Amino acid sequence: MDLENQRRIKELAEKHGAENLVVVLGGAEAEAAGLAAETVTAGDPTYAGPLAGVQLGLGVYHIFELKDKVDEAVYEEQVSMMEMVLDVDAIIQEVSSIREQYSQFKD
Amino acid sequence: MLKGKKVAILGDRDGVPGLAIEECVKTAGAEVVFSTTECFV
Repeated sequence: MDLENQRRIKELAEKHGAENLVVVLGGAEAEAAGLAAETVTAGDPTYAGPLAGVQLGLGVYHIFELKDKVDEAVYEEQVSMMEMVLDVDAIIQEVSSIREQYSQFKD
Repeated sequence: MLKGKKVAILGDRDGVPGLAIEECVKTAGAEVVFSTTECFV
């Protein structure tokens, strides 16, 4: 995950409180989405960025997992096309697995 | 789940862009505090 984004997420968690901050991903591939999810929960697995060794434990979801939580028409307009071309099941499995393991704020 | 929460969005140029995710989560009552679209190329 981009080092600048790591810095921003860390700042936001400190400012708003980790329990109030949720990260929503739009990654195209399961592996990349999983790495981003791991970075904001367990810390940067590459030990390169500001979140190295920092276990924020944030709630993290891929937008595909939130289909039932957002307005149906807006989701249809904004996201449904990518649902057809990406491996939705693999992405959801990867992100939810990381969340179950490392997130401290899941509901 | 999202209502009243602060949301940080990490979109993907080859997946779902940040702006598209913003539009969605706002409808669930979330406040977007950060949004970006990453490019992995």
